[in-house]
Amino acid sequence: MPQAQSTPPESITPVAPRKGVHLEINGEAFLHTGDADMPLLWYLRDNLHLTGCKYGCDDGQCGACTVLVDGRRALACQTPMHKLEGHRVTTVEGLSGKDGKLHPLQQAWIDEDAIVCGYCQPGWLMAAADLLARKPDPTDADIDHLPNLCRCGSQPRVRAAIKRAAAAMHKEASR
Amino acid sequence: MSATLRLSRRRFLKIMAGGAGALIVGVGTLREARADEPLALLGDQYTQLGPYLRIERSGRTVIGARDPDGGVGTHTALARIIADELDGDWSQVVVLGLGPEVTRANNVVHWRYGHQRSGNATSIPAAWADLRQAGALARWLLLQTAARRSGVAAGRLTCHDGAVITPDGRRYTYGELAGDAAKQAPPSVPPPLKTPDRYTLVGHGAGDVDARDMVQGFTHFAIDEYPAEALVAVVTHCPWPDGKLASIDTREALKVAGVKQVLQLHPDANQPPGHTPIAAGVAVLATNTWAALQGQRKLRLTWKPGAHAKASTSALLDEANQLLASQAEPTHRVRADGDIDTAEKHARRHVEATYTQPFTAHATPEPINCVVHLDADHATLIVPTQAPQQALALVQRLTGLSPSQIDIQVPRFGGGFGRRAEHDFVAEAVLLAKAAGKPVKLMWTRADGLAHDYYRPLAVHHLKASLDRHGHVTGWRQRRASPSALAGRNTPADALWTSEASPNALPGGLIDNFQSDWYALGSALPCGPMRAGSDVTNAFAVEAFIDEIAKAVRRDPLDLRHELLGKPRQLPLPDGGTLDIRRLLGVLDLAAARIDWKHVRRNGNGLGIACHASHGGYCAHAFEVSTRNGKLIIHRIVCAIDVGRIVNPTGLEAQAMGGTLFGVGTALGQAITLKDGQVQQHDFTGYPLARMAQLPHAVEVYAVPSDAPPGGASPVAVPSAAPALANAVFAATTVRIRNLPLLPELMQLL
Repeated sequence: MPQAQSTPPESITPVAPRKGVHLEINGEAFLHTGDADMPLLWYLRDNLHLTGCKYGCDDGQCGACTVLVDGRRALACQTPMHKLEGHRVTTVEGLSGKDGKLHPLQQAWIDEDAIVCGYCQPGWLMAAADLLARKPDPTDADIDHLPNLCRCGSQPRVRAAIKRAAAAMHKEASR
Repeated sequence: MSATLRLSRRRFLKIMAGGAGALIVGVGTLREARADEPLALLGDQYTQLGPYLRIERSGRTVIGARDPDGGVGTHTALARIIADELDGDWSQVVVLGLGPEVTRANNVVHWRYGHQRSGNATSIPAAWADLRQAGALARWLLLQTAARRSGVAAGRLTCHDGAVITPDGRRYTYGELAGDAAKQAPPSVPPPLKTPDRYTLVGHGAGDVDARDMVQGFTHFAIDEYPAEALVAVVTHCPWPDGKLASIDTREALKVAGVKQVLQLHPDANQPPGHTPIAAGVAVLATNTWAALQGQRKLRLTWKPGAHAKASTSALLDEANQLLASQAEPTHRVRADGDIDTAEKHARRHVEATYTQPFTAHATPEPINCVVHLDADHATLIVPTQAPQQALALVQRLTGLSPSQIDIQVPRFGGGFGRRAEHDFVAEAVLLAKAAGKPVKLMWTRADGLAHDYYRPLAVHHLKASLDRHGHVTGWRQRRASPSALAGRNTPADALWTSEASPNALPGGLIDNFQSDWYALGSALPCGPMRAGSDVTNAFAVEAFIDEIAKAVRRDPLDLRHELLGKPRQLPLPDGGTLDIRRLLGVLDLAAARIDWKHVRRNGNGLGIACHASHGGYCAHAFEVSTRNGKLIIHRIVCAIDVGRIVNPTGLEAQAMGGTLFGVGTALGQAITLKDGQVQQHDFTGYPLARMAQLPHAVEVYAVPSDAPPGGASPVAVPSAAPALANAVFAATTVRIRNLPLLPELMQLL
C-alpha cells in the first residue's frame, strides 16, 4: 500500500495553459478551444447561444451578423476565432447596460417602431452603435453609408431611430 | 369548470377556469381540416376551441395571436382587437404566437383557432369577424362578477384599462375578478360589441409587441433554436430544378469533425410544389452549424439535368414575344367587353407598348430553416410558416401521426412574402429527421435559398390603346404572357390563369371596348405566391402604360387617370363584388396633393404617380426623382392608402412603408435569370437588395380614415410603387422604363 505523501514535492511542473483563443464577450472572459478557423458567428450562435447575432448570407454582404470588436463594427461571419485573441466582442445582447437599462439606440428603435420582421435589426443596431461612437452627430450621408440590408423596408425608421438616439445621447451627456 | 355559450348556430365560445384563478376565454370560427372549403358550407360543424385570452391574478393578460407574424404586425393588431373589446390594460398584455391545434367533436377534426394564415391580407378581416367576441365575452363575465361583489347593477358599472369601476369610484381590477369571473355562467345571448366611439386601442397607434425583445436579441426565431441532441442539416440542392444526383463522394465531408451523416433528398413526383423537397438535394448532418457548412463544402457532387437542361430566360422571353406577336388564341380570355376589334379599326390612333418583368425571388431575411423532433408517437416542430395548418397537414402525411400528436410551434419569423406559405423545407426536415433518427435543425444557405425558390413569374405584357380624335381611350387590349404561379399544383388547367390575371382588374370596366388575355408560358423554374402576386406585374404594365397614353395625347397623367376612373361610384365587378371608385380616387388625389403634383418642378426633378386596388385595399404612390451623374435619386415617396378602419396606425404605416420599399427594391435591381437550366443568382451581389443610400429618407404614408370594415395591409402598398417610380423616372429623364429591373435599364438608356 503506497504511503500517503507527507511532504510536498520539491517542484511542481505547471500544466501548460489550455491552448485556445482568449476573448471577452459582453464583458465576460471566454476561452475557445475548438477550431480556430470557425467564424465568430457560429461561436456566438452555436456555442454560446447568443443568437442575436444573425446568419443572413454567406459572404459578408447583408450585415445581419454585425457585432463590435473592440468597439468597432465587424462582421461575425467574416471574423475567424483566431483573430480574436485578446479582443473584446460586443453583441446586441451586450448593448444594454449591466443594470438592464436599454441603450439609447434600443430605446429609439422601440420608439420609432423600427422592427418590421426584426431579423436584420440586431445587425443594424450594432452598425449604428459603431457609427454613433465615431460620429455622435451623424449626417444623412453617414447613415447612407451603413452597409446593412433590409428586405422589409425598415430603412426610413432605422434612419429616424439613429437620429433619435443621437439626440438622446447628447441630452444624456449634457446632463 | 367549463361552460359553453351558444353564440349562433355556427359559433361557440367556451370559458374555462385556468390554474390559480385565471380566466380563460376562447372563441373560434372553426372549419374542417379541408383547406379551401368556404366557411359557409360547413354549417353546424363548427365547434369550440382553445384559449385566446388569459387574465392572471396579477392582472397580466396573455393573449394568443393565431395568425403568424413574420413582420406583418399580426401579433400586435390581433391582440389589440381582443384587448379593446376587453377594455384591457394594454401595458399588461403579453402576446403569444399560437401554433395550429385541432379538436375533435363527433369524430370530426376542427381547427381550434379558425383562421391561421398571414400575408395575404386576410388576418385582420378574419379577426374583426370573430376575435372581438373573445374580448367582449371576457369583459361581460368580469362585469357580472364585479356587479355581484360591489352590489351595483352591471349596467351601472364601467370598464376601463383593466378594471371595473363603480359609480362611487370603487375599482376592481380584472386580476382580482378573473378567478370568480371564470366560474360565472355565460350569457344567454352574445354580449354586445363596442360601438366605434368607445374604441380605446383600435385606431390608436402601438409599436410592435415584440420590439423590446427584438432589440435585445432575445426573440427566438426558429433558426435560433438549438434543441438538445439535434443535428444541424445543411442542404445542397441540384442546380437544375428538375435534375438528379449523378455521383456523390462523401469521404472528405465525413472526415470533418462533427459531421455525422450525409443523406439524400428526393422530391416526390406525386406531390405538388410546396409539399415535397423543392429539388433533389444532399444534406450534411453535423453536431454544429460550422461543421455542417464545412462538410457541405467538401462534398463532391455531380448532377445531371432533367428535361430543362437548356432552359434560359432569354429563350423564354423570345417565346413570350413570339406568342404575343402571333395571332394565336390566348390560353384564357380573362375579360372581354364591347368590341375591341371594331374599336381598334375605328381608332384615330393607337398607343402600343411591351413591358418585360423578370422572375423575382422572395429573399426572406431569415434563411429557410425548420426544427423537427420526432418520436414514435409524437412530433414537435418549430416552423417559420405563414400557413401553420398546411404545415400540420404535411407533417401528418409524412409521419402518419394524428394531428393531436403533432405540435407545431410558430415563432416570429424573419419575413415570409409568400415563401413560407410553401412547406417544401418542412418536408425536407421531417424526411431527414426520420432517416437520421435524431432531431434535426434544417438550414439552407443564402446561396441555396436564392437559387431554389417559388419565384414570382416572369411576365411580358403587350398593351394597345385605341384613341379617338379627342384623345379619349376607346379601346384597351391587354395581353400577358407568363408562367402560372399555380402550375404543377393540382390546379385544373382551366384555372391556371387565376394566379396571373383577374377579370376584376382595372381598367376593365372603365373602357367600353376592353379585352384582357393570358398566354401560358412553360417554366423550368418553380413559381408561387409572392407578396401581392400578379397584381405587382399587372399594375406595373397598366399604370406605366396609362402614363404613356397621357404622354402621347399630351395629357396630364393624373387628369387622364381621373378621366378613366370617372365619377365616384361603386363599380360592379365580374365576380359579383364592387370596387369603390370613390376610395381609389381618394388615395390618388391624396397622393397627388401631398407630392404637390400641380407644382411643376423646374430643377430637373420628375414626378410620377400610380394607383391600384387589390386585396381589399386602395393605394396610390407619388414619387419625386432625379438623376445626377448617372445616378438615380429618389427624393420623395408619398404613399396614400385606404384599408378601411385602421386597427393600428403605427403598424399600418410600417406595412405601407415596407410594402412600398419592397416594391421599389425589387423593381430597382432584382431579377432571377436562368441559363442552361440553372439560376444564376446566388448572393446579394447578383440579387441586390436596396441599400440605405438608394432609398429616400422617408416614405410619407397617409392613411385615409374610414368606417369601412378593416382590411389587411401587407400586400396593398406593393403594386403601385414600381410604376409610380418608373413614371417619375420618365418625367425626370424622358427615358421610359419598359423592362425591369429598372436600374440596369436606366443606365443603358440614359
